[in-house]
Formats: sequence, structure tokens, C-alpha cells
Amino acid sequence: MKTVRVTSGLGFYGDNWLPVLAAIEHGDVQYVCSDHLAELTLAILQKDRQKDPAAGYARDLIPMLTQLWPAASSRGVKFVLNAGGLNPQAAALALQQLFAARGWRARVAVVIGDNILEQLDALQALGEALSHMDSGAAFATVREDVVFANVYLGAQPIAKALAMDADIVLTGRVADAALFLGPLIHEFGWAADDWDRLAQGAAVGHLLECSGQGSGGNFGSAGVWQRIPDLSHIGFPIAEVNADAQVTLYKAPRTGGRINFHTVRQQLLYEVHNPRYYVTPDVVLDMGQLELHDLGQDRVQVRGAIGHPAPLHLKLVAGYRNGWMGHAVTGFSWPDALQKAQAVAEAVKLQMQEKQLQHDELCVEYIGHNTFLGPHASPATDDNTNEIWLRMAIRTREKKFADAFPRLFPWLALSGPPYMGGFHGMTPASQLLGLWPTLVDRTAIESKVSVEAWEMT
Amino acid sequence: MKLRLAQIAHARSGDKADTADIGLFAWDPTGYAVLAEHVTAEKVAQHFSHLWANSANTASHLPRVERFDLPKLLALKFVLRGALNGGAASSLRSDNLGKTIAAQLLRLDIELPKAQANAVLQAAQTVIDNF
Repeated sequence: MKTVRVTSGLGFYGDNWLPVLAAIEHGDVQYVCSDHLAELTLAILQKDRQKDPAAGYARDLIPMLTQLWPAASSRGVKFVLNAGGLNPQAAALALQQLFAARGWRARVAVVIGDNILEQLDALQALGEALSHMDSGAAFATVREDVVFANVYLGAQPIAKALAMDADIVLTGRVADAALFLGPLIHEFGWAADDWDRLAQGAAVGHLLECSGQGSGGNFGSAGVWQRIPDLSHIGFPIAEVNADAQVTLYKAPRTGGRINFHTVRQQLLYEVHNPRYYVTPDVVLDMGQLELHDLGQDRVQVRGAIGHPAPLHLKLVAGYRNGWMGHAVTGFSWPDALQKAQAVAEAVKLQMQEKQLQHDELCVEYIGHNTFLGPHASPATDDNTNEIWLRMAIRTREKKFADAFPRLFPWLALSGPPYMGGFHGMTPASQLLGLWPTLVDRTAIESKVSVEAWEMT
Repeated sequence: MKLRLAQIAHARSGDKADTADIGLFAWDPTGYAVLAEHVTAEKVAQHFSHLWANSANTASHLPRVERFDLPKLLALKFVLRGALNGGAASSLRSDNLGKTIAAQLLRLDIELPKAQANAVLQAAQTVIDNF
């Protein structure tokens, strides 16, 4: 029976692509599916595009393909990447410049239609409420501050691009799992209502979309993480899938990491919310009966995903300007490191009051003590606390108050408690962006999705 | 006898907008039965009550903490709505993505009869030794 092997590409904008090279060279893969867009990433790309209209895509696309394309093209390996971000056309143009400069040839396809920023008013006029998915709040509360709005597209446009003989498919926002499901639909011709097979494919996508997190990265607890071999040379997870949607996970030989029942199930449940009802544009995945069989030697079989019909709505995430953050960090040495940091936090609060520095919220963290564990941190004892860093952040409506905040710190170097160090200057205010998840009728969106393919030379 | 979840489970957390999402995993069926009985949604909501202290999030019609059970995977899933200080790009916290919230959950203590506690510890250790 025909099998197809897809590998995890990047798991986020900024990830390492050497494990992808190992999968191409030694993992016998046919597709690299690369997820550059975490939920937050569009907020970063939006800031890039604000500065330069030709930006707004994940720039690691270019150095990544510079290194991977020679190995991939000689083996016929294809790429599906959402590195297009907010500007897939610009990403394709940058890629074309690279290929022209190197004298490489490839057929590229671009999927357009996820970016609906310019259509928001028209969609609302059609009766789309766009209320917040969780809170039910009205879209009008943020509408004026919206800076990006993208719909999570499904796997069909990707399958279509591959049917147009594309070697490289560039998309903007698509569901992470769709990056992997697209090639499987294309290769096996699974029907759009073949729910259980699509569910197995969506599970594959979900297991592979976070690169090393599917093969032993970010894994374990006390005493266990040390047992994952050679994370420095981690192999990203690869899935071998057949036409009946039977799935085996593995990784390239002689790579680090671990693929077993424990590492795989941790990724399976990652960020899925309700595991019995994980909504993707192509199928609703029910993991309730899903089984993972450890075959040993870094191989795990995935069985029993149940599929329910695809949703009538697609998820839309809008980003909106949501005030400013001013923040500052400074350190304190033993003795009494924590007490001194606490005293300085109080001094800063007092100044904020006296100078009427307007803010909606204050966050105080003692780095080295309670930043991650909060109230569950063990108590600090003076004698064995070597150093503590104070981090304070405020939320403001106006930028000037956020900019003014770090100026409350420098005088403390000479006039505060002893042995303060590491205050590295004024950090400019950063703009906060809120995320607005909502649902939108899929026909209004999908009727406008387009796929275009051409030869790059 | 008091057990810390870190002694008998592993966990990973992530985010979607202002919602934190934690997977909690037993090492074996004995441990799963203990987690399912003792790590209730109410207990988790109480353990993390500070996450909502400065919440800029509007009141939600959905519960703050929901639990989903996956016996075949020996796992529990917890969804914490409005727990991320507005969500990644709006949060003032160092850990704006909630990646370390899993570690906080592993600090939850549960109380078990001594014999049961030892049985769970031993079962977990056996799996870990063969990891």
C-alpha cells in the first residue's frame, strides 16, 4: 500500500531548521510542513509590516530554504509553509529573488484569502456579529483598534496547490494541522467527508506542528527530562501515513530526542482545549478513543482518531491595539536580596503615586524567586539567596506614561539600598496587542480564497 | 501522606489567546486513578486563583476551569479561561505564554493514605526507570 512521509518543519518563527535537514537527508520524507505562525506571531509580523509594507512574512523562510532547498530538490521533497504570514505575496517575491540569484528552479504556489482585514465591515454588513468566542463581548468594543484579522483556512487550498504541481506552497494563516493534512489529502484523494481518515490526518498534523515538542523537547518533570538523549541534535517527528490513514511516527536515524508513548501523548493534548472536540476547518477531531502504541526504537503507532463533520464556521483571530506596557528590570545581590528588591518595589510604587503616573495595572515579579511559581514558590531565605531581580511592568492607556515608567529606577542606584546592579537603561514602551478570537461563516471566506502557482526561475 | 503532583505526574502547558491549557499525565494506570480522583477542576481553580487576580478579561459565561478525562492516554486536560492576563501580546507577565503554568500545577499537593501513596510512587518510579 502506498505510504507518504511528512516531517515537521519549523514549530515557530525562529525555530532551528537543522533537524529538518536531517529529516530530508536521512528520514526518507516527501513533504516538509512548516509552521511559522504561533498565535502571537501575526502580532509581531504586523509590527514589521507597519514599518515596511514589503515585510510582514516570516523572514526565516529565506535562510531556511537557502540551506534546505539543494538537499530537498535533489530528492523531490516538497514544502508547505505558512511563512507567508500577513504577506504571502511578499514572501513569494523574496523567494523568487533567492531562486533567481542561485539559478534554482521550482514551482511555487501561494494561497491567498485568510487576511480579511479589509473585509471586516462587509462581513459585519452581511450579518457576522464577530462577538468574542469566549466572553461573548461585542466586536464594536475593539473594532477601531483592529490591526490584523486572519481566518484559519483549511487543507483544501493546500491540496489544490499541490495538484497544480507546486514544489513550494506558501500560505498565510491556515490551521496548523492543515499544513500536514493538505499533502495527505492530495496524495490519497481522501474525500472531504471521509471524517475518520481526515481525523487521523489532523492528529498527525497536530502531533508534528510543534517540531521538537513531538519528539522529547520541552518534556518531563523532575528526574525525567535528563533521560531524553542528545537534545542538541534532536530529530523532529516524522509521520508515515498510508491510504487507510494508518500512522506511524518516527524520526531520522542518529538524531537525538525520544519518540515514545509519553512524549507523544504530551504533544497530542497540547493546546487542544476539549480533546473530544478539537475543531479544525476540515474535521472535528475526537481523541477520546485514540491510542498510542509504543513500538520501541523511537516509533509510535497512532490509531483510533474519530472524526466528526467539519464546522460551518471558521475561526478568525483579530489583533487589536490594547494599550501600552512600560517595564524595568534591575538586580540585587546578597545580603537581603529579596528584601531589598521588595523595598525598591515599594519605593517605585510610592513615586508612581506621588507623580500621578496613570496606569490600569501593575505587575511585580521577583526574578529568581517567584516569576514562574507565583504564590507556590518556596519561601526565600536570606542566607542562601544569592541574588534577585526585580521586574516591574505597568499597563497604561497612554504611551507617555509607559515611557516614563523606567525613569523611576536610576536614582535608586545611588540613593536606594546597597548592591543594586544590572539596570541596563530605559526600555521603550511596548504596544500591547489583544487577540480577539471569533467565528465567521465559512462560505463567505472560502468563496474568496485563491491559489496561484507559477514557475520560479 | 502528602504527595506533590511532580512526584507522580508530568505536565505541559500552552495558550490560546487568554486561555491557558494544561495536560497532566500519570505514569501508569494506578497514578491515573489517583489524579482523576484528587485533581478536580475545583481544586485546580483554587490552586491558580492568583491568575485571575488582575484579570483584565471580561466575565465569561463559560466556567473558569474545565477538566477533560482521557483514560486511554492516562491524562487529564485542564482549560483555564481568562488566566493569562489578557493573553500573550497583552500580558504584563514574564511568562506571557503560560509555558510554566504546568510547573505550578506540579506543585499541587494531594493527601493519600500512606499505603496508596507508596504504591503510586513505586509504580511511577518503575515506569521512569524504564523510560
